[in-house]
Amino acid sequence: MKYIEEFRNAELAQGLSCAIAAAVDPQRIYRFMEFCGGHTHAIARYGVEDLLPTNVRMIHGPGCPVCVLPVGRVDEAVALATQHDVILCTYADLMRVPGTNYESLIKARSKGADVRMVYSTLDALKIAADNPEREVVFFAIGFETTTPPTASAIKQAQARGLKNFSVYCNHVLTPAAMRAILGAYTDEGAPNVILDGFVGPAHVSAVIGMRPYEEFTRDYKKPVVIAGFEPLDVMQAVLQLIRQTNEGRADVENEYARAVTLEGNLKAQALTAEVFELRDSFEWRGLGAVPLSALQIRPEFAAFDAEKRFRVEVPNPKENKACACGEILRGEKTPTQCKIFGTVCTPDNPMGACMVSSEGACAAHWTYGRFREAPLLEKSA
Amino acid sequence: MCLAIPAKVVKLLSDGMADIELEGVVKEVSLDLLDGIEVGDYVIIHVGYALARLDPAEAERTLALFAEMGRLAEGSVA
Repeated sequence: MKYIEEFRNAELAQGLSCAIAAAVDPQRIYRFMEFCGGHTHAIARYGVEDLLPTNVRMIHGPGCPVCVLPVGRVDEAVALATQHDVILCTYADLMRVPGTNYESLIKARSKGADVRMVYSTLDALKIAADNPEREVVFFAIGFETTTPPTASAIKQAQARGLKNFSVYCNHVLTPAAMRAILGAYTDEGAPNVILDGFVGPAHVSAVIGMRPYEEFTRDYKKPVVIAGFEPLDVMQAVLQLIRQTNEGRADVENEYARAVTLEGNLKAQALTAEVFELRDSFEWRGLGAVPLSALQIRPEFAAFDAEKRFRVEVPNPKENKACACGEILRGEKTPTQCKIFGTVCTPDNPMGACMVSSEGACAAHWTYGRFREAPLLEKSA
Repeated sequence: MCLAIPAKVVKLLSDGMADIELEGVVKEVSLDLLDGIEVGDYVIIHVGYALARLDPAEAERTLALFAEMGRLAEGSVA
């Protein structure tokens, strides 16, 4: 496929691997966070870690919308679908995320709730148009990439007079999460996660551009290199991060210039700003309550705001105590450091959100990474 | 979730929609988030919307940069 396969070329990967090996200072350890689940997935799937020197460590970030959605919001989705006569539409990733007492949307559906997986907000709009006698709620999740399509759907519903369509908004913001990670300290005053820089988001950046990351280079002195989701993109970004670290620089650089511009997608930004406004605070799995980290629907569009239109009663949200999703999302633990990884918790029977989404760090490690740790059979004498 | 794929616009439709083609598969997507898209452009598709225009010249430059990095590394080792 054009513009995909070239960026997975093995020969170029070897070259980049050599360039990285030549660039690293063997005396130090480099710790870079790949913010996005898309990068985590690419690193695991293509074995990028095997192409990096051992003193370059990649740390998973919280950029997986299903993973960071707290149990309370999952419970609200289940309550919406079961306590009201609605058609609840959502992206497939969310269906199997366990809420309190292992309830999930897919279980609610098996008990008779009308829950439908959609690929696009356009599908949810069509369901609303085809079922004028039913209320259709789109349970929206996602970062800045996924927000403009939700804004577009609300505008289209307004233009088409679809009064039975509404959105339960859980859209969250990347820079706020990066800020929360960099601003977290232990009781002793040390940073929770030691980082030398970020592999910056691909498609979030296609929407928001490069400027929102300047605060991290300016205020925290952490370089950010925006990278595409193919393995060569990640490797080039790592090389640029190593060079910045060696030179003591902290700049926003753009490896993904084929899709990301300085300004980003201004039309998508304007549409998002027209329909949504900042929430004072939003709960994240792993990060807790983060101020100004999420969006809500503006009062002008209240008729399309499912949070205002439907009251739901939810149990006290209970996280599974054995699950280490929180620490993993903060970059403080790796999947294998979770007690239930690969035993109780697998993609077939996920206990935590990080194992549900294919972008989750646990699912990526289960699918691709765990074989690396298998001991080699000793040769018989 | 933020995964998105590049695909070629093959036909402009009414209501701001377009047909895109990927390996012979044709799919209808919305152009609501971009202005000035023409047939033959490559766009990045995310949840049924064209989210960004793909710049072929930048793609070539990035690929050339990868190759250059590899060559320089070889030179430094030799």
